[in-house]
Amino acid sequence: MNFAFTEDQILIRDSARGWLGDFAPASHVRQVMATAEGYDRALWAEVAAMGWTGLIVPEDLGGSGLGFVELAILCEEMGRRLYPSPFEATVVLAANALLAVGTDRILDRIATGEITATLGAANATGKVTAVRNGDAYHLDGVLRHVPDGARADLILVAAELDGRTALFAVDGAAPGLTREGLASMDQTRRPAELRFEAAILPASSLVSADAGTALATALDRAAAMTAAHAVGAAEQCLEMTVEYTKGRVQFGRPVAGFQAVKHQCADMALAVETARSAAYWAACVADDMGHNGDGTELALAASGAKAWCSRAYFDCAATAIQLHGGVGFTWEYDVHLYFKNARAIEAVLGDPASHRERVAGLIGLDELAEAAQ
Amino acid sequence: MKLSFSAEDEAFRAEIAAWMRDNLTGEFAKLKNRGGPGDEHAFFEERRAFERHMGKAGWTGVGWPKAVGGRGAPLSHQVIFFEEYARAGGPGRVGHIGEGLAGPTIIAFGTEDQKRRFLPGILSGDDLWCQGYSEPNAGSDLANVRTKARLVGDRWVIDGQKVWTSLAHVSDWCFVIARTEEGTSGHKGLSYLLVPMNQKGITVRPIQQMTGTSEFNEVFFDGAETAAENIVGQPGEGWKVAMGTLAFERGASTLGQQMAFRNQLDEIIAIAKANGRARDPMIRQRLADAWIGLQIMRANALRMLSKAEGPELPREAYVSKLYWATWHRDLGKLAMDVLGPEAEIAPGSPGTYDLTPLQQLFLFTRSDTIYAGTNEIQRNIIAERALGMPREARA
Ligand SMILES: Cc1cc2nc3c(=O)[nH]c(=O)nc-3n(C[C@H](O)[C@H](O)[C@H](O)COP(=O)(O)OP(=O)(O)OC[C@H]3O[C@@H](n4cnc5c(N)ncnc54)[C@H](O)[C@@H]3O)c2cc1C
Repeated sequence: MNFAFTEDQILIRDSARGWLGDFAPASHVRQVMATAEGYDRALWAEVAAMGWTGLIVPEDLGGSGLGFVELAILCEEMGRRLYPSPFEATVVLAANALLAVGTDRILDRIATGEITATLGAANATGKVTAVRNGDAYHLDGVLRHVPDGARADLILVAAELDGRTALFAVDGAAPGLTREGLASMDQTRRPAELRFEAAILPASSLVSADAGTALATALDRAAAMTAAHAVGAAEQCLEMTVEYTKGRVQFGRPVAGFQAVKHQCADMALAVETARSAAYWAACVADDMGHNGDGTELALAASGAKAWCSRAYFDCAATAIQLHGGVGFTWEYDVHLYFKNARAIEAVLGDPASHRERVAGLIGLDELAEAAQ
Repeated sequence: MKLSFSAEDEAFRAEIAAWMRDNLTGEFAKLKNRGGPGDEHAFFEERRAFERHMGKAGWTGVGWPKAVGGRGAPLSHQVIFFEEYARAGGPGRVGHIGEGLAGPTIIAFGTEDQKRRFLPGILSGDDLWCQGYSEPNAGSDLANVRTKARLVGDRWVIDGQKVWTSLAHVSDWCFVIARTEEGTSGHKGLSYLLVPMNQKGITVRPIQQMTGTSEFNEVFFDGAETAAENIVGQPGEGWKVAMGTLAFERGASTLGQQMAFRNQLDEIIAIAKANGRARDPMIRQRLADAWIGLQIMRANALRMLSKAEGPELPREAYVSKLYWATWHRDLGKLAMDVLGPEAEIAPGSPGTYDLTPLQQLFLFTRSDTIYAGTNEIQRNIIAERALGMPREARA
């Protein structure tokens, strides 16, 4: 037990923070979020060249073979900058899911940055069913809220096949698949709707015929990484607010000197630090899974962290607007970018209330309820 | 970064768990889960005997260095010790102020003579300590201490009054902040004195708390004395030493406190199961939130303790008191809401005031956000020291 970063992990954090600070400042975010594509391909190529897309991909597949603590570090730093990119969809969702189902396929192409990918499973709403037809599979159904669904090169789709959850790898250009990018309030994210209308897939597109448990694990790990994103972004809200209130003078002194302002900032610091502890806890459990294989522990940690961190982030973003006063309500100041992202992050991969309800069940409250009948 | 424990750690866990199982028996069996906050009077002498019993077996001062008689346990073992102690229902430690505050202060700031003189008594469970900081006019504004001490020959002579002094009525020693330089104010001119409680210059008067019990007291110093060498640090350095003591309140023992919280939460969950409140969606949300919050409290403490000591206190350390105090206070209210109308009913007959443990929890947790720095003071400290915001104006 040592719940502090190793030297290598500190190195990863510092270099990620430095690089993102240099290349993905708010001006960059604002510029790309106003484009149809939503990210900068040249910068993304550099992300891949730095090895970030292969961070959790095993070394023999061209990755670095690192774990979820290291991935959490990157997510936290990207969250701090709201870096708009296919990273969440490609690495946090797709690569993570491929690792969970235990396949070697596709991962090498993600590691090199050759393709971007995404996942449409329980993280999306809607349902897809598959039937086998000779050498092919036919997919039907609609999935909404698939992150990067319209721009990813490859889509991993969970579909019901013979009463089980199967995982398919679908080319973005597959016949019978229509993809529609959806404009969103938070412009740093690119949700999409995918329509499968008798989409015909070759047999080789089946990645796993029974992926239910693996996908649950992958989504829990993704929830833990989203929690880490929330930590970085929430901390940025805190830093911006402290900075701004120190400089803003009213009644002849910086507003940061007013106790009502200080105490709200202290509460933000509390939210950020407890959220950080929560996110690292979940990341550590995600890494330990290999040892004890107990899905319950991961489910508790992931749901706990997702519920806690996304609420903390929203609270911090909301307080940040309040303590900026009128400028906090403007397009010009960055606070609204975080406020909108905080709302989106609360909803992705399950909102706080649904995660708490899941925890309630896992800590035995369902049996408890029956016992009382 | 790793949260899981090594095989060697687990072996240590088995050792302390077995010791607790084998020793919290016989005459000590009745001490299980007793003597916590709000229940300080329960079996005091027996708990003191248990403290001595632990001392003999080497289970006091687990985190203290070996050189001063402690176990010198690494962090992971300290964590495990405090968690297993509480998991086994180990009774409220009568010696916790000595082991957690006085001892570490003497180890950090005391002379070799003082270490030899005072530490063995803490380890053996023979000497109990209390903390003489607060005064009627020095609460949050601790530097406003007025109790005076002057050196007369080879003795400090002390006059003044302390208040809210926990366990003063059963303590052998008190660490007192007193003004030793005439005409000074604020942080300057204070000294940190170690004062024996059993002397005619000291009068202890219990104060009844809202729980009906009294674990804290008024302490009057009227020509009370202590030997000239019983000063920690130099005369006038008392503030620095006193702040050092406060820092020890964030030590590994908070992990044990959290395991006690866990026992309380488990009890509340069991009640929700028995009375059907576990079906109420709002109660489910709150119980889950409390459960998550407690896991995070542990993670936060481990994060803080895992950091090598640096010149700057990490932010997670600054927020820890505000966090646990508020969490615990919320738990007290949640207990009442889960119990519903039954929350009101106390054991005994009308006219008596003998509360259930959860009633005590509900009432006592109102003080968690007051002692050891109120929530408001914690927020000031976080804002000023962790975030670098302007300091409060002083009169
Ligand atoms: C159960 C219990 C046990 C205790 N045990 C001990 C003990 O063993 N030894 C010991 O020395 N003391 C002990 N204390 C005392 C405790 O440390 C003080 O009660 C505490 O520091 C607050 O001081 P006060 O009671 O004078 O409140 P005050 O300082 O008078 O505070 C009143 C209110 O004003 C607020 N306030 C004060 N200053 C500020 C400010 N600058 N900004 C914003 N708000 C402010 C406070 O937060 C509080 O809400 C104990 C207290 C309790 C309740």
